[in-house]
Amino acid sequence: MPSNPTPVAEEKPAVLPDEAPVSAGSATGSTKIHAALTRSSTGSADLRELESGLDSLQSDAIRKARVDWSRILLPVAALVVLIIIWQFYVSLGLKRRDQVPGPMDVLEQFGTLWAEGSLQEAVWTSLQRGIMGFLISVVIATPIGLLLAQVAPLRRAFGPLISGLQVLPSVAWVPAAIIWFGLTDATVYFVVFMGAIPSIINGLISGVDQIPPQYRSVGTVLGASRFQMAVQIILPAALPGYLSGLKQGWAFSWRSLMAAEIIAVGGTIGFGLGSMLNQGRDLADMTIVMSAILLILAVGILIELLVFAPIEKRLLQRRGLLAGSTR
Amino acid sequence: MPVVLENLGKRFGEGAPVLDDVNATIGKGEFVALLGASGCGKSTLLNIMAGLEVPTSGALEVPSDGAAFMFQDAALFPWLTARENVELALKLRGVGKAERRTKADELLDLVHLAEAGDKRPHELSGGMRQRVALARSLAQDRQLLLMDEPFAALDAITRDLLHDELERIWKETGRTIVFVTHNVREAVRLGQRVLLLSSRPGRVVQEWNVTEEHRTDAGLAGQLTGVITARLREEIRRHAK
Ligand SMILES: Nc1ncnc2c1ncn2[C@@H]1O[C@H](COP(=O)(O)OP(=O)(O)O)[C@@H](O)[C@H]1O
Ligand SMILES: [Mg+2]
Repeated sequence: MPSNPTPVAEEKPAVLPDEAPVSAGSATGSTKIHAALTRSSTGSADLRELESGLDSLQSDAIRKARVDWSRILLPVAALVVLIIIWQFYVSLGLKRRDQVPGPMDVLEQFGTLWAEGSLQEAVWTSLQRGIMGFLISVVIATPIGLLLAQVAPLRRAFGPLISGLQVLPSVAWVPAAIIWFGLTDATVYFVVFMGAIPSIINGLISGVDQIPPQYRSVGTVLGASRFQMAVQIILPAALPGYLSGLKQGWAFSWRSLMAAEIIAVGGTIGFGLGSMLNQGRDLADMTIVMSAILLILAVGILIELLVFAPIEKRLLQRRGLLAGSTR
Repeated sequence: MPVVLENLGKRFGEGAPVLDDVNATIGKGEFVALLGASGCGKSTLLNIMAGLEVPTSGALEVPSDGAAFMFQDAALFPWLTARENVELALKLRGVGKAERRTKADELLDLVHLAEAGDKRPHELSGGMRQRVALARSLAQDRQLLLMDEPFAALDAITRDLLHDELERIWKETGRTIVFVTHNVREAVRLGQRVLLLSSRPGRVVQEWNVTEEHRTDAGLAGQLTGVITARLREEIRRHAK
């Protein structure tokens, strides 16, 4: 047993033998009353009832999710307003019509390109490459990211380099890629990888960094092995950060792809949206240029709306991280 | 004796020791409240008992299978439902898949949360989360349960209820509990024994026994609360400049 004295509670204020007595007997001997806690319920059934009452008072009633039309109508309205402004500007006639075509001219060009089949071909080629390049980037970047996040010396060594690569515009790789791989698909993919991989790695690392340290303590206390910790705790905990890394990775893939397609034309490289843009420039046809820009934008928006937004929403909602956001 | 601390000391780096010469013995099935001012090293001591930190001096004896631990904030995993959180503890303990579900439901029922198994942590109130965390720490099935200010962030109404709840579960399960708190009333309400930890360095300076009468007699409990408060204040006053 420890050497500490164990005075009985009911006695007058107890003190350690080697210390001066308590100066003011603020508890006993004075009229001061200290509130205390005692058993407050009368038994298990009573407790169960009280708790159940408190639980229902403190839990939010489940809110029914309805379709929020403003989410759809507001962006559409914004789009309509922008097109009206565009049309208004064009009808002022400040610039030559072939330099600044109106919405109707572009729509007409869309029709022509569609009829030729080159619109579908360009969208399909680019989308296919973008998605393939992105998926391969994910497969390469994920294990590297996990490794860097978990092994401190590796991260010290390569962290700055990878952050740096993320800042470097991947267009800068196009000349090198053309010299190495010629005008082939390999050039396009190489540029996409150099754009997407660093940002996915960084996203995963910051996702792991943002894990509350307590999660690891809980894992340790629960007896998780190193592998169990990584798979059962670290990975799911890092998922929101990883997902935003993936989103950014996709954006970088898509941008890099367009850059590569604009610059590297010909050879065995097929006809993508970037090639269409370049073709518009060569023909000095602004309606083709505008069509290509709008298509590139539309693909970006659609992938965000149809793929990433639902996944992210579901993920955050399940974790209760959506409340109060303006989404 | 499940826990024996002998001349235990802890310092972080080159700083002044946080804990110095801590001595205590905790018997099987005992409910001990570890009381001290904020920053006196209560969490550090508990982490040492849990094996999350190593002491820099002294010796300690804890059960060989380790201890269950309950944190101040529930620290439930937000991507799992309440039941899955409990099941994860069972899984990491090596309980088979078939048995996990029934066991988890039993434990949730023990903390009166049988209905809330499919809810996610953010859908639960603070008190419910702490009860799930309690169920999870019971799922570890360790004789020793360490609790680090588990009710400190709760409102008073909920806390009073959880005191009753914890006392009931302690009696039902026969666990040895070390309950850390900075709240004298809470220590007197729950502990069979209250250990007072001094500040800088942390050391067990005094202990009091709390009897069954204190649980129901508010006057008696109030008196003891006063005595302990006075002693705690004296300890704090020593550090006045
Ligand atoms: N990992 C750490 N590194 C350095 N100092 C620490 C660390 N953990 C705790 N401390 C210090 O030890 C002291 C006691 O902390 P803690 O055990 O958390 O106190 P309590 O739980 O009683 O409030 C504090 O002064 C704190 O700053
Ligand atoms: Mg603490």
